[in-house]
Amino acid sequence: MNKTWIIIQREFINRVSKKSFILLTILMPFIFAALIFVPLWLSTVKGGDQKQVAVIDATMKYLPQFKDDESWHFVGVPQMEASFRSDSTQFDAVVEIKADLAEHPEAVTIYSRKEVPNSLSRLVSETLDEQVRQDKLLHYDIPQLPSIMQDVNRKLNIRTVKWGEDGSESESNAGAAMAAGMVLTLLIYMFVMSYGGMVMQSVMEEKTNRIVEVIVSSVKPFQLMIGKIIGIGLVGVAQLAIWAVLIIVLLAVAGGISGSSPELMGGASGLLATLQGLNLAKMGGLFVLNFIGGYLVYASIFAAIGAAINGQEDSQQFMMPIVLLLIFALYAGIYSSDNPDGPLAIWCSMIPFTSPIVMMVRLPFDVPVWETMLSVVILYVAAFGMIWIAGKIYRVGILMYGKKPSFKEMIRWITYK
Amino acid sequence: MNDSFLETRQVIKRYANHTALDGVSITVPEGQVFGLLGPNGAGKTTLIRIINRITAPDAGEVWFDGRLSRPEDIYSIGYLPEERGLYKKMKVGEQAIYLAQLKGLSRQESKKRLTDWFERFEIMPWWNKKLEELSKGMQQKVQFVITVLHRPRLLIFDEPFSGFDPVNAELLKREILKLKDEGHTIIFSTHNMASVEEICDHIALINHSKVVLQGAVTDIRSRYKSNQYELTMQSSKPLQNSDAFEIVSSEVQDEQTVNYKLRKLTSISNSKLLSLVGAQGEICKFTECIPSMNDIFIRTVEGKI
Repeated sequence: MNKTWIIIQREFINRVSKKSFILLTILMPFIFAALIFVPLWLSTVKGGDQKQVAVIDATMKYLPQFKDDESWHFVGVPQMEASFRSDSTQFDAVVEIKADLAEHPEAVTIYSRKEVPNSLSRLVSETLDEQVRQDKLLHYDIPQLPSIMQDVNRKLNIRTVKWGEDGSESESNAGAAMAAGMVLTLLIYMFVMSYGGMVMQSVMEEKTNRIVEVIVSSVKPFQLMIGKIIGIGLVGVAQLAIWAVLIIVLLAVAGGISGSSPELMGGASGLLATLQGLNLAKMGGLFVLNFIGGYLVYASIFAAIGAAINGQEDSQQFMMPIVLLLIFALYAGIYSSDNPDGPLAIWCSMIPFTSPIVMMVRLPFDVPVWETMLSVVILYVAAFGMIWIAGKIYRVGILMYGKKPSFKEMIRWITYK
Repeated sequence: MNDSFLETRQVIKRYANHTALDGVSITVPEGQVFGLLGPNGAGKTTLIRIINRITAPDAGEVWFDGRLSRPEDIYSIGYLPEERGLYKKMKVGEQAIYLAQLKGLSRQESKKRLTDWFERFEIMPWWNKKLEELSKGMQQKVQFVITVLHRPRLLIFDEPFSGFDPVNAELLKREILKLKDEGHTIIFSTHNMASVEEICDHIALINHSKVVLQGAVTDIRSRYKSNQYELTMQSSKPLQNSDAFEIVSSEVQDEQTVNYKLRKLTSISNSKLLSLVGAQGEICKFTECIPSMNDIFIRTVEGKI
């Protein structure tokens, strides 16, 4: 059997059989689902009962305008009573209107034994404002006022239409496109960080354990390194696949359960509908390509660092530039979503260290095909180049103990026979 | 049997600031224990790594079984490095099988052989323990088993006894000699000269990147003989010098018994010398001083500095 394959198997099985992996992999979709559904659910649930508000309207003109909503129930009362101030009252607040507000704008007061909630004062003021405005307009005795009002009050309805290459028109949804791009970008960033870090830890462990000397007397150092990178990468892919399946199942189950709640369904199906609007096959395919390419570039750098250093303490100095690069890529991605065709976005989606992250943000905005292709080709050329260089450094590094090497020395290792 | 099962020819390895090996040629006969000796930093580990094909020499050749060494030869080598190490978090049985698979054994075969070894060492209960749960000595034992599991024709032990208690060191020594009897060729790198005398048939002494002494242990020791003898004699009068020998030192043990140190001055045989001395009194003890490997090691290393 091929030795690299044996190494891949060990790296994979050893990790996926860990309790922490199983736990995280299973729990994560539930946390995700909770993150999506809890806010949706919370927005449909109203806090507690309706509260009673007494309205003392001396003009009797405004009282009919008060419309109850989920939180507030308005009740007309003839006059202010002392009992409103005591705890025994059923009213949470009292609105007192003493005169015609068109003439006396200050003649309204809200009383409450507690702080007057913002939502109440806003509701009251909106209701009264509207009525006062209409009253004032009526004073001018304009003919056909109601139809003029109707005309003036018509709301605008702006459609956003995207023109395709072939002149076709389609509804564009920049918000959803951006969101999808950002989610995928964050996924790539998180996976490159955590799984790349895992590669480094694992290489370092083998070096400090000295088991590496036994292993390289059986297999080539390059086989060990590539086996490790692939094995750990497969763990990441497996985790992602399990998450995808679980999330789809959860969405389906949640959709079934909440069938009675139209708002919840609306939220979920709206999400799905906007996702369908994007070119899912293309995005999915490019996501996988960028995901793997980005992982390979960074995992090989991490492997080389893990091989060169002698322990956890040394790792900081070498990790720093890599982490900075990744964070730069993430920020470049975030800014590119504002200006997906700007120079920052274009350059960063070509440079292999940033392209997997930045490209995912740009993709929903219909990047020219040649740019996407070029970016992927550069990424993979760089990935194989990095693996080759990392292999050279790794081979020398894993057997070097003692002093911490400098970057210059590491570069010299590449030329070793 | 092959007189040069493994051979290095003029191997040179340079690093940035120093030369680790400078024209090293050694010849390891088949089925023997070959001691690779030398002070720290002499280049032993580098040579072992080159034999293991972990690193490549800058110049020179390695011959294995009568032909140039090939990549697949590493499956015929078992290597116990000086710095021991296994996966701490991995179960003992599992990692032994993994490492045996990397040496080309099938899963079933390695499991079978491992069971045999574990039963022989009576360590079956360790199988499902994580390595870190074992004591250091136990870990060493496991690593020894892993090294020999694929029954390689060539075994390389780098300081195998370090970290073993005397009882287990003895057990290990027996196992090594047993492996030799089974026909394995063994390269044995160490500073422990006492074990060299007990185990090794041949040695090469490396100092400052060069082989400074090489050959069969018995040959080397007789080559380093200084013609000195220890003698204990009972006699009424003291021993007299003669043409054939001189007294280097003497030490009175009691009235009649004296310990002498003699040096032979001519090329007469030991029997002849014995009869010459015997004419002067009753001999209680007569020994030729053959230098220990330790003496030879120190003398060679210091002499060459």
